[in-house]
Amino acid sequence: MLELIPRAEPSRRMAWLSPLLALALTALCGVFMFLAVGKSPLQGLWVFFIEPISSLRGWSEIGVKVAPLLLCAVGLALCFRANIFNIGAEGQLVIGAATAGAFILQFDDGQGGGGGPFMIALALLAGAIGGAFWASLVAWLRDRYHANEILVSLMLVYVAQLLLSYLVHGVMRDPDGFGFPQSRLFDAGFLLPVWPGTRLHLGIVFALVAALAAWLMLSRLFTGYRLTVGGLAPLAARYAGFSSRRALWGCMLGSGALAGVAGACEIMGPIGQVTPSVSPGYGFAAIIVAFVGRLHPIGVIFASFIMALFYIGGELSQTRLGMPNAITGIFQGILLFSLLACDVLIHQRLRWRR
Amino acid sequence: MDALAPLIAAAMNAGTPLMLAALGLLINEKSGVINLGSEGMMLVAAALGFAMTVQTGSSVLGFVSGALAGALMAGLFAWLVVWLGANQVACGLALSLFGVGVSASIGLPYVGATIKASSWSVPFLADLPFVGPALFQHHPLVYGALALALALAFFLYRTRAGLVLRAVGESPESAHALGYPVRRIRLAALLFGGACCGLAGAFMSLVYTPMWVENMVSGRGWIALALTPFATWRPLRVLVGAYLFGGITILTFHMQALGVPIASQLLSMLPYLATIFVLVLISRNVDWIRINMPASLGRVFNPNS
Repeated sequence: MLELIPRAEPSRRMAWLSPLLALALTALCGVFMFLAVGKSPLQGLWVFFIEPISSLRGWSEIGVKVAPLLLCAVGLALCFRANIFNIGAEGQLVIGAATAGAFILQFDDGQGGGGGPFMIALALLAGAIGGAFWASLVAWLRDRYHANEILVSLMLVYVAQLLLSYLVHGVMRDPDGFGFPQSRLFDAGFLLPVWPGTRLHLGIVFALVAALAAWLMLSRLFTGYRLTVGGLAPLAARYAGFSSRRALWGCMLGSGALAGVAGACEIMGPIGQVTPSVSPGYGFAAIIVAFVGRLHPIGVIFASFIMALFYIGGELSQTRLGMPNAITGIFQGILLFSLLACDVLIHQRLRWRR
Repeated sequence: MDALAPLIAAAMNAGTPLMLAALGLLINEKSGVINLGSEGMMLVAAALGFAMTVQTGSSVLGFVSGALAGALMAGLFAWLVVWLGANQVACGLALSLFGVGVSASIGLPYVGATIKASSWSVPFLADLPFVGPALFQHHPLVYGALALALALAFFLYRTRAGLVLRAVGESPESAHALGYPVRRIRLAALLFGGACCGLAGAFMSLVYTPMWVENMVSGRGWIALALTPFATWRPLRVLVGAYLFGGITILTFHMQALGVPIASQLLSMLPYLATIFVLVLISRNVDWIRINMPASLGRVFNPNS
């Protein structure tokens, strides 16, 4: 029987190999899945993994999905590093979209006036504040009352979604919208600049900047060091006098603000208005992104690319192969399972025992 | 008075899936493992149970397949966290995200399908005025959940096996030293928990709403998770918590029907807000939670190290 023996020290080689191995395992599971529903696995894998990156349009669409995923995942990676399990990025994103939308609808006269770079920046700021506020509720309840942040942040996702639904059915609803629960389309002056001919918007730049900034903070600044120590060895951190409260508030506000910006970018980018569903689960997928990216800001860039690929691949296999849209979620889940299983080999090795 | 009976009945109905899932999760946690995959397990069971019932016409088969689906997913989780020693939080989240996708795929052909609603009642008692319609006209599983709570309370605190289970959750090292197979016990606890979550999910799609809608569990798996600290890991207190939350859910429906001038979305927030409120209330006293919580909850145990 195979058994696991702890390694003397973690294997650096496995740390690199594990995500690749996990991706290979995911593809293998994909083969069985396509076989199970009676589709050609070769064609299925082609549509899912290769076709999205075989055209410029595909790449730009991936970029559209990378933006919110990466923005959320960078913040989550910092949180998870500090052992703060904020899994409510989805709710923070939704609130960010709602506050940015409220700001825009306040100043958008619907006549083509208003807007411009300064107003766009303010709208993004409104989104960041909204997201940070939603996350601050979690931090406050955790800090003041020791309430479990996993459950609180999750419950707030449902509350956020209901709140957004309430707003777009009520005060934000377009009076000329034939009763559809959505706001009016924003003026061009409130939309993020896009790469000509595509939907790729400025959000991807924000996301990459956020990832680089997080990387610099972790590798060069003392704040990042304190954060890492606090997560790896809470007792040592306390002994060194690093405040776990500051880490909690800093991580929650930071990740909430990033998720809020992601929400703002979505409504000022590909959506262009406030709708009841601003996100196909980006905040949840970002949890997987953070883990697959090994909680490392640069790793997270690659992981968000893979996850964005799954979204586009899922959409393509829906239209081309008639697969259910939920296939994206299945692939995402399998990838995380595979990674968690493969990661075991970093700290342990396999041995045959007779 | 007459208006109250259906309210009580509805609250019991709404509390039953919460109770089933929370009791299963409680047994998991007593063995020292926290499974955040409950939402996913319930969703897959709800979809599969509904699909099986539509296909075969037998709700018993629906419940059985739901429970099996839950146990199967819990088995995957157990392999990852108990044998491979993977992070419990991350694996549980993966299980939930995975379950959302799988359930949507399973349920897709069954959106809009209907099943025959069956009416159940306890002989004689159901005919009593008031208490009959309130308490004795339920699906058998409603009573099954109650019996399960009692049985688990007896099992945990009155039997030797229950003692061993608690020992594994408190100190796996000691249990291992005494010669108990810690990992197998945890596997058994997880499989049981998965089956309970599966039954809860199947109850949702077969009895509570009788239909399949994507994401229909809508957070009940998570609320069930919050019920275990609420109950301070005691089965009979789970019963109280589940009916309380069932009552809150039903109250939100009825406030709408009574024409309370609050938007439906705001009313629907109530169960989630109540969960947060309850979490805050019970978490305020750190020592109190710590005394009751299984000591090794969430920790990896490797007998080879």
